[in-house]
Amino acid sequence: MSSSLAGKATARERSMTLRAYAIRYGFIVLLVGLIAYFAVAADGFASPQSAVFIFQSVAITGVLALGVTATLVVGGFDLSIGSVATSAMMAASYAMVVLEQNAIVVVIACLVIGVIVGLINGWLIVYMRVPDLLATLGMMFLLLGLQRIPTEGRSIATGMTMPDGSVANGKFSEAFLALGRHRIDFFIPNLIPVSVVVLVVLAALIWFFLEYTRFGRMMYAVGSNERAAELAGAPVKAYKIWAYVISGVFASIGGILLAARLGRGDIASGNNLLLDAVAAALIGYAVLGAAKPNAFGTAVGAVFVGVLLQGLTMMNAPYYTQDFVKGAVLVVALVFTFALSGRGKR
Amino acid sequence: MGADAVFHVEGLRKSFGQNEVLGGISLDLFAGEVTVLMGANGAGKSTLVKIVSGVYARGGGTMRLAGKAFDPQTPAEAIRAGVVTVHQNINDGVVADLDVATNLTLDRLSGKGASLLFKPANVRAEARAVADRMGLGIDLKARVSDLSLADRQMVAIARAMAHRPKVLILDEPTSSLSSAEADRLFSLIDRLRGQGVAILYISHRMSDIRRLADRIVSMRDGVVSGVFDRKPLDYEGAVNAMLGRKIHLDKVVARSSARAVFTAEGLRLAQGSRPISITLGAGEVVAITGLVGVGKTALAETLFGVRRPLAGTMHMDGKPYAPGSAREAIAAGVFLVAKDRAASGIVGGFNIERNISLPFLKRMSGFGVMKKRAERIAARRQIDELGIVCRSEKDELSALSGGNQQKVMVARWMSQASRLFILDEPFQGVDISARRDIAAKLRASADGRATLIFVTELDEALETADRILVMSEHTIVGEHRNDDIDLDRLLAEVAGGPLHSAA
Repeated sequence: MSSSLAGKATARERSMTLRAYAIRYGFIVLLVGLIAYFAVAADGFASPQSAVFIFQSVAITGVLALGVTATLVVGGFDLSIGSVATSAMMAASYAMVVLEQNAIVVVIACLVIGVIVGLINGWLIVYMRVPDLLATLGMMFLLLGLQRIPTEGRSIATGMTMPDGSVANGKFSEAFLALGRHRIDFFIPNLIPVSVVVLVVLAALIWFFLEYTRFGRMMYAVGSNERAAELAGAPVKAYKIWAYVISGVFASIGGILLAARLGRGDIASGNNLLLDAVAAALIGYAVLGAAKPNAFGTAVGAVFVGVLLQGLTMMNAPYYTQDFVKGAVLVVALVFTFALSGRGKR
Repeated sequence: MGADAVFHVEGLRKSFGQNEVLGGISLDLFAGEVTVLMGANGAGKSTLVKIVSGVYARGGGTMRLAGKAFDPQTPAEAIRAGVVTVHQNINDGVVADLDVATNLTLDRLSGKGASLLFKPANVRAEARAVADRMGLGIDLKARVSDLSLADRQMVAIARAMAHRPKVLILDEPTSSLSSAEADRLFSLIDRLRGQGVAILYISHRMSDIRRLADRIVSMRDGVVSGVFDRKPLDYEGAVNAMLGRKIHLDKVVARSSARAVFTAEGLRLAQGSRPISITLGAGEVVAITGLVGVGKTALAETLFGVRRPLAGTMHMDGKPYAPGSAREAIAAGVFLVAKDRAASGIVGGFNIERNISLPFLKRMSGFGVMKKRAERIAARRQIDELGIVCRSEKDELSALSGGNQQKVMVARWMSQASRLFILDEPFQGVDISARRDIAAKLRASADGRATLIFVTELDEALETADRILVMSEHTIVGEHRNDDIDLDRLLAEVAGGPLHSAA
């Protein structure tokens, strides 16, 4: 009797561990499988240039996704990241083309915009008690409108006509454009774009911050059980506001990279940034079975989407299928996270 | 006696897995009488209520309503048969965004025979009839979210009464009402009693019970431990039956302390309550006991800086102590193991090690970077000292039993030395062996600090403390050295007896 019980228990344990392995490594295996498939099926996919292109295509959304991860960690959400990025892009363009400022001033101004938006978001959520989704949704609309006011809705480029009839003759500085266009030698000359370096550095930074510092640890505690964190002496409100500041700053860095890549302030660009970034962060929940927001997962999630789109493009899948594919990947990842791991509580 | 009872329960049983919650409850309710049900946390009151109201299926026994067998499969069936329950959480009984009239008639919006269209005039007329029958003086057009808690409670009860039930169950209806608000509720209950409704009233508040009770039934550990129906009612006896001593196994050798660590003078917790003065000495374990809702948690939170007292001063080691937050309290060496570990203690995503280190991250890091080795060592030491049953310090808390989870919570705050160590209901939902382990550890490590525990169960105080203080109505009404204790006097104090009959 007891031996049969023991037998049952081990059988159950074995299936549990199999399932645990599936949850833990499922997504990584999927990613590796995908790369292997494209490497065989699509000519030129398995080349350094192709890999770099993938990274470059996800650099900006990746940076935004890392920022939104910080707000997810404290149990919040930031819908304003896309519009913070485009606002930063427009501000950078305006500062250079109209106000004729140099690259350093422009970068600082953009970062300040990120900090201010983050502080306002945090203030709305923590002190005005507006639910996070609604506060940042409001901020998103506000910024989408605000960024168009200085130029009366026009895109910004050198030689544009201002509302008062004058012509703006400022130029994007070379140093600034280099952020989006310069490529660093890495075994092969002119291989790695600066934006990819920025992505990798920021990913490493936020990963270290969340996993290894006491601040990151406490942010997870705040997200998991706010009252417990408060009773353990954490300044919960400050942590929440900081998370939104991180998110705002990362989004503004994304905006700087976008402006530097485009070389103009294009009001039509950046439409997909929010959804792509959020998708990457949520896919990240499933990576290594974390079932929680995490920087490594977010980075992998961003790369996953990039690999998929690059591969499909190289296999001549039409561009309009992209969003469908991204959505499908996100839904599968969410099922991994919430149903299979049985930890569907945030 | 069971013959003329409106509602008759016989030998009701219920188990959850191995755990028997109700071990054969028998209960009678009579028309036009308020029967008060008393019982400590975990006595099985809520399980009983849930069976009677059709939420749980019963494990055994019979229920009869007005002579007929009563066997509700769903809450709706129980209500249709004439047994209506108003649950403790007021907002479960009302829909905040609708007006009073709609709330009063909500149950007619669905179910068989409900009209497809919503007719405002009909609804208002019906609601008016219900409100008049109850003597409800509330604007029917007001939105429920704009009403006070007491008014919402009235609406919830009126809504329940719209079914014209034979039996009304009120589960701790005054737990969030002020005394003036409670008075309005009592006159409503008097009115219902006059209309011949059999009322089961569940409460811990002695003042409510003195005001309302026609009979008292005490429950303990899933059985009825006393029925009191002879006037004048024996309130102390009822409290004794509810809390009473089990066979006492661990006898504490009471210590006394010479050196004061913490003092409070003239601390006032609530409007109109008498001030509290306490002195806690180094090396002693003091228990504060009292019924639920007498302000034990309020006092614990005040000492820990999460709640401001209305008046009074506190001193730690002779220095003024006025913490503005948990953070300041922790810095001053005051630690709190908060009540209800699931809501205010456990961080779900963290393993044992991370749950233990949570308040002391600063002390376990250099330049903000966590020292994982120090963290692991501290966790292993605590697992060892408290005998936490787990595979390793990396286990998730959800994998542990309630007793072991509670040990982790205690371990969290014992991993660093404190000056004043406060534990609010540390034995709630904890099995007997874990409770012994925690109590023994508390006593063994008590040297050098003051230890203060808040418990409702008298046994827990008697097993753990050197000194026992009794709380009632947000103040301290008695003090006992845990050494040949006068249990009758203590129970009288818990029951808010003659000493305090003015309130």
